[in-house]
Amino acid sequence: MATVGALPRPREPAGELAQRSPVTPGRQLRCCTASGCRAGGAGPLIEALRQAQAVADPAANGLVIKSVGCLRLCSRGPLLAWDGPGGPALFALGSTDPGTAPGAAIGPEQARALVLAAATAPGPDTLAALDLEAWRPQALLPEGSPSPGPSPVGVASAPPPSPGGIGLTWDQMDLDHPFFALQQPLVLLHCGWIDPDSIEEALALGTYGQWRRCRSDLSPEAVRAMVHRSGLRGRGGAGYPTGLKWDTVALQPPGPRFVVCNADEGDPGAFMDRSVLEGDPHRLLEGLAIAAFAVGAESGFLYVRAEYPLAIERLRRALKQAHQKGILGPGTGLELELRVGAGAYVCGEETALLQSIQGQRGQPRPRPPYPAQSGLWGAPTLINNVETLAAVPAILRRGAEWFAAIGTDTSKGTKVFSLSGAVRRTGLVEVPMGTSLRTVVETMGGGVPAAPGSPGGGVKAVQTGGPSGGCIPAHLLDTPVDYESLQALGSAMGSGGMVVVGEAMAMPELARHFMHFSVEESCGKCLPCRAGTVQLEQLLDRLLAGLAEPGELDQLEQLCRMVKATSLCGLGQAAPNPVLSALRHFRAEFLAACRAESPRAAFAREPFPAGPALGPLPGGRP
Amino acid sequence: MVALTLRIDGQAVAVPAGSSLLAATRLAGLALPVLCHLDGLTPVGACRLCLVAIEGQSKLQPACTSEALEGQVVATNTAELRELRRMAVELFFAEGNHVCAYCVASGACELQAMAVTVGMDHSRFPYQYPLRDVDASHPLFSLDANRCILCSRCVRVCAELEGAHVWDIAGRGRHCRLVAGLDQPWGEVDACTSCGQCVEACPTGALFHKDDSTAEKHPHPIRALQLRRVHDLPPRPDP
Repeated sequence: MATVGALPRPREPAGELAQRSPVTPGRQLRCCTASGCRAGGAGPLIEALRQAQAVADPAANGLVIKSVGCLRLCSRGPLLAWDGPGGPALFALGSTDPGTAPGAAIGPEQARALVLAAATAPGPDTLAALDLEAWRPQALLPEGSPSPGPSPVGVASAPPPSPGGIGLTWDQMDLDHPFFALQQPLVLLHCGWIDPDSIEEALALGTYGQWRRCRSDLSPEAVRAMVHRSGLRGRGGAGYPTGLKWDTVALQPPGPRFVVCNADEGDPGAFMDRSVLEGDPHRLLEGLAIAAFAVGAESGFLYVRAEYPLAIERLRRALKQAHQKGILGPGTGLELELRVGAGAYVCGEETALLQSIQGQRGQPRPRPPYPAQSGLWGAPTLINNVETLAAVPAILRRGAEWFAAIGTDTSKGTKVFSLSGAVRRTGLVEVPMGTSLRTVVETMGGGVPAAPGSPGGGVKAVQTGGPSGGCIPAHLLDTPVDYESLQALGSAMGSGGMVVVGEAMAMPELARHFMHFSVEESCGKCLPCRAGTVQLEQLLDRLLAGLAEPGELDQLEQLCRMVKATSLCGLGQAAPNPVLSALRHFRAEFLAACRAESPRAAFAREPFPAGPALGPLPGGRP
Repeated sequence: MVALTLRIDGQAVAVPAGSSLLAATRLAGLALPVLCHLDGLTPVGACRLCLVAIEGQSKLQPACTSEALEGQVVATNTAELRELRRMAVELFFAEGNHVCAYCVASGACELQAMAVTVGMDHSRFPYQYPLRDVDASHPLFSLDANRCILCSRCVRVCAELEGAHVWDIAGRGRHCRLVAGLDQPWGEVDACTSCGQCVEACPTGALFHKDDSTAEKHPHPIRALQLRRVHDLPPRPDP
């Protein structure tokens, strides 16, 4: 089996630490226990495997079974990566009953067979040939069941006959498939390789090495200059140059400063930050520590949404371990504290997030002053997204020039996308900036499978940037993914959620879905977002109910522009984007949803006339 | 005192450094519509009526929270801004239950006056008719949430000037509502000193004296001025 482009064994120049504890033993099973695979029963699965190992032959003792972060192909979870002769190889456990989590359905005998095969297989092919059905509880063996060899990645093999009980499938994933081969892990370099609960494994791969180097060899100015030269831009959506932001904070008048990591990832369909938190929390802590060093902050906060319990648990443990090792905390010049959100989407907006950390109602405030000038308790505050901070250690380690060589002229480095929706292979992809949408969605993601009984299929549009972004129609899929190109199409990079829309989805319906989200998540501080989104949703409701006149589309557009132009924060300003971009690229669908112009059209809603000049009207109140 | 000069609607104005654009506009003798702003209270930029266009900036900025800067060229009254303001006022009317005909504040209501100012004679948006409460538990005053526009003036006047912080906003989005104390009946909130400043600060008939009937709520002749004066006083020296 060829070694893999996609999940290469991390081969970074490891620090002196690496020699002390080699992290990869001869044989190991890496079980993804991130949220996606957990939904497929990864928790019970790893438990069953460990129990099986305890009672299995001594031959199985050499096998290491460990829990790791995301192995990327979430749609096929639970995933198991195997390291051994000819490895690594990736396997997916599946079940013949779509309602059953495969990981929870595995029997003790099956687990034992799996562990033994993993411990003794001379190569991945032998492990791939493992027939779990033969070890089915009740021992109802299907006669001559075909040996499941490597199947096309992302496509479930035909379920074997299942007389009684739930059948399990065991498929090898092809790591040379573009889904893996085109990935360039940088932020996710260690994700899927290390046990996120073990600081030793992180240290062995050199994590915190750059933080040590900062404190012993580098000046804050040098670190900032490096980040500057790398061309790194904020991964939270707006794409502000990170080096510039760091400089702004660092160059404020002397006094206390804070650093904050924004891990309040709330866009529907976005789970990049969660995967970093769940898969490699120490990398994030190192990035945040370096940022604090670069801007002269002595304390910092990590703000994680409450809906990420596993991420919070792992981050909390990572923080504790780093404190125990004396890497962070007292005596190191940096105190970090974890804060958990309370379920408000708006707290992903930086000023609202800072309010929330201060114990106040999470509502945005007008900028300027920007947090870089006046943030937490009035002090200059650096606030960066998870992915931005997680890229920093790599920049310091490999050099700014190395980072700047990846990507496009204006957007450097890689970007993690969470691919979801109607696409065949959903999961996490990290690709260089400038990769085309077509590559990500069709080559890697496999496009949209045709619905049974309907001809064709295929991608209709891709929604990027969640409720703040917009849709990009299929004929523009060759657009390179970078900040400027997406913006030019009326969408946005956003945080990296990429929801693929198939032909079956009506675009006005999708627009209403996102508008409903904005209605529910508006904080209510400013009028346009609080009341305007409600009216927008109702206009879309009328449209979808077939009650709207074609003229109401103008009204819809005009109100969209009003909310966009007048809302207080970025979320309100971006709330109409899904509607506006759908109108731009799929206007015909909106027109078709309107009812025909009726004789009563003359009495239909008037279009908005221009208002009269401002000032007291004759006869009006002064 | 450092003076700045800027140009507002074609007119040159000199203002003290640190002034807001709203203050600068007023110094220029121009009027900007505001509902959430009240002199003497921390500006919040929530009603979005005082948005102005600043040359060189793609986004409209609220004049109340923006600092006037040297050499700025500001437009406060373009056709676009007028239309946006009119839509905003219509949204205000559509989201609450505003019935001027029997409102205690009719004739002295800032929202009503604003409708006239921006030339709104009806709302092009459907009325939402939200289900809202009336709190008459306080011996002197009442809260009719139907008329509340969530400007948060009462919240700020109580927290910043009276120091009691009786009021706050609960909920989010269209479910936002004014709450007293820990979401208690107003009359049960011990912190309330019954000073009545919230009633004075309220731009509509949401907070009113119980004695007042239809169209009988009138702004106190001098209280608003006093409020400003208190705010501008130098800090009291320590005894």
